[in-house]
Amino acid sequence: MITIKNLHAEIEGKEILRGLNLEINKGEIHAIMGPNGSGKSTLANVLAGNENFEITKGEVNFEGKDLLDMAPEDRAREGLFLAFQYPIEIPGISNNVFLKTAINELRKYHGQEEITPKEFLELIKEKSSLLGMDSSLINRSVNQGFSGGEKKRNEILQLLMLNPKLALLDETDSGLDIDALKIVAEGVNRFKNENNAVLVVTHYQRLLDYIVPDFVHVLYKGRIIKSGDKNLALELEEKGYDWLKETEAELA
Amino acid sequence: MEEKNMKTKKWYSQNFIEFEKKLNGQAGSEFHKVRKSALSEFENLPFPTLKTEDWKYTNIKPILKQNFTPAQNAAPVKVTKELVSNYKMDGFLCDYLVFVNGIYDKDLSCLSEAAKGIIVDSLGNLLKKNSDLVLNKIAKLAEIENPFNALNTAYAVDGTVVYVPKNVVVEKPIQVIFLNGSDDENVLITPRNLIIAEENSQVKLIFNYEGISSKPYFTNTVTEVYTSKNAVIELNKIQNEDNNSFHIEKTQIYQEDGSNFTHSSISFGGLIARNDINSMLDGENVECNYYGLYLANESRHVDHHTFVDHAKPNSVSNELYKGILDDSGHGVFSGKILVRQNAQKTNAYQSNKSVLLSPESQVDTKPQLEIYADDVKCSHGATVGHLDDEAKYYIRSRGIPVELANSMLITAFANDVLENIKIPELREKLNHMIFEKLHRVEV
Ligand SMILES: Nc1ncnc2c1ncn2[C@@H]1O[C@H](COP(=O)(O)OP(=O)(O)OP(=O)(O)O)[C@@H](O)[C@H]1O
Ligand SMILES: [Mg+2]
Repeated sequence: MITIKNLHAEIEGKEILRGLNLEINKGEIHAIMGPNGSGKSTLANVLAGNENFEITKGEVNFEGKDLLDMAPEDRAREGLFLAFQYPIEIPGISNNVFLKTAINELRKYHGQEEITPKEFLELIKEKSSLLGMDSSLINRSVNQGFSGGEKKRNEILQLLMLNPKLALLDETDSGLDIDALKIVAEGVNRFKNENNAVLVVTHYQRLLDYIVPDFVHVLYKGRIIKSGDKNLALELEEKGYDWLKETEAELA
Repeated sequence: MEEKNMKTKKWYSQNFIEFEKKLNGQAGSEFHKVRKSALSEFENLPFPTLKTEDWKYTNIKPILKQNFTPAQNAAPVKVTKELVSNYKMDGFLCDYLVFVNGIYDKDLSCLSEAAKGIIVDSLGNLLKKNSDLVLNKIAKLAEIENPFNALNTAYAVDGTVVYVPKNVVVEKPIQVIFLNGSDDENVLITPRNLIIAEENSQVKLIFNYEGISSKPYFTNTVTEVYTSKNAVIELNKIQNEDNNSFHIEKTQIYQEDGSNFTHSSISFGGLIARNDINSMLDGENVECNYYGLYLANESRHVDHHTFVDHAKPNSVSNELYKGILDDSGHGVFSGKILVRQNAQKTNAYQSNKSVLLSPESQVDTKPQLEIYADDVKCSHGATVGHLDDEAKYYIRSRGIPVELANSMLITAFANDVLENIKIPELREKLNHMIFEKLHRVEV
């Protein structure tokens, strides 16, 4: 689904991603872990098309297309979705209008008919109840005045509404209470099928009990320094990152 | 310049002779004395220049360069009902008044039988009847501050009069549609409006100023508003003059104890548009709200000038003006708050926010606080910015194209003002007009 080769990216002249390689096939769940500031969010945002980052080297192939060549909206309409670590508030635009517009733009892009108000209402009712969200949230402005947990849930609501091919979840678990974590993980699992893929960024093994990864990678100083299966997450939980830092030194 | 101004003055003074002839006998009336005295004030007052403090950001030279024929002296303009229906609010069965170049058109208007002593009529009709109500109130509130105000009074023959008696609540908004411009000549349009809400009464008004010709014209209007004890008035002004034309309005509001006045100024058109909005809070527990949303794109200039005069204790005023500037548009906001010595426990807020959509657009903002009471809460603030890049990225990351993302952020920006407009159909229409005027995709 996505192949990332030797990706280098910098911000304000500071190199954050320093030769990152990663391949995700359809049907797979990958987890990325790593210390604060190692570049996890940077990776997610570079993939989603955040123009603050400058890509200095490398390539990303997404479903046969050059991802880095596309505008953020085209990446989304090609099937990439980023659940933000820090979702943005948009006062004055209701979730309703926001989601309807997004869905219709997606449909237009793929030459499909616009969603009818009835279809939309049914879809959003179904998805929001799945996530245990109060239906009044949808008439409120996007993320405005939402609690931390509500914002994260709202990201997953958008994910379920837009049904992308590849979902990047950047610390969706942070700020969620234990019950909410289960509900959100359940939502992600419902989304997941053999034709799509998920990349979760997290600091905690706990989330991976619910969203079980096929692969776990450790990102450190802008590179993946170790990959393994779900047991790697358990090992990290136990040992931290120090034992891996030598590997980084060797790679460098 | 002075030479040129003399010519401008001469033009309007000479036209007055013909104007008087057309008054059909009314030239001997009581009100005509007011007109004549205003004309002599017009002749004596200097036109403001960029050196005049209250006009330092607004250059009026382009208005003085042209001769505008007072509408009364000009050939009448024919307007069809179909055209009127473009501007009428849907769902309004009645009442609406239509003025063509400031002159009331009975056939195009729709007035239900006046019930409960409510008067909704044209100034022209009421002056013909020598209405005491009008004669006692008109030109008593709005002082002549500059030649434009004087010119309006000198040529005041028609306009809207709304009178709501004590304890009467007018449920449906009253719409007033001014259709302005002539394809034959450059016209001067001088509506004179008078709104009186007696004790405990309530009324909502929508004033539309719409350009119907691209030949330059000059709308120069004055509106006087009496808000009696505990009365509630909502005045929504939508200024959508033609982009080649000029618009100046002075609105003067008087508020008594417990009254609540809200003015929303939505400004879309005009090459130069200037709004003076002044309230005298001559009572306790008064609430005065001013909202404004102005769009200046192409090379248009929009100026809002407010003055809130707190004369008595325990009142609240609240101003929020937001500007959207594109191309080489220029927005001006100047807001003065005066809290007199006696006006303890005053709360006065003022905010002006602008978003610049292009590098050539510009804003000037000037808050002025004069506070002579010690126990007051006053605040003012001004911000100028661009559409938020982070928010834009977030929206785009959901598959929404950049143009539409920008439009969403414009809607979001305008929402603070539009959400205060309590008439849903109007709000929707205004949102639509924003994008039509900016030539941008609508959300
Ligand atoms: N806009 C920015 N300006 C300057 N530096 C930035 C910017 N964004 C990110 N960085 C830097 O890039 C580095 C990587 O940040 P990133 O957010 O990708 O880390 P992360 O792995 O997601 O960390 P965390 O686990 O804390 O979320 C950090 O050192 C951060 O300070
Ligand atoms: Mg991060």
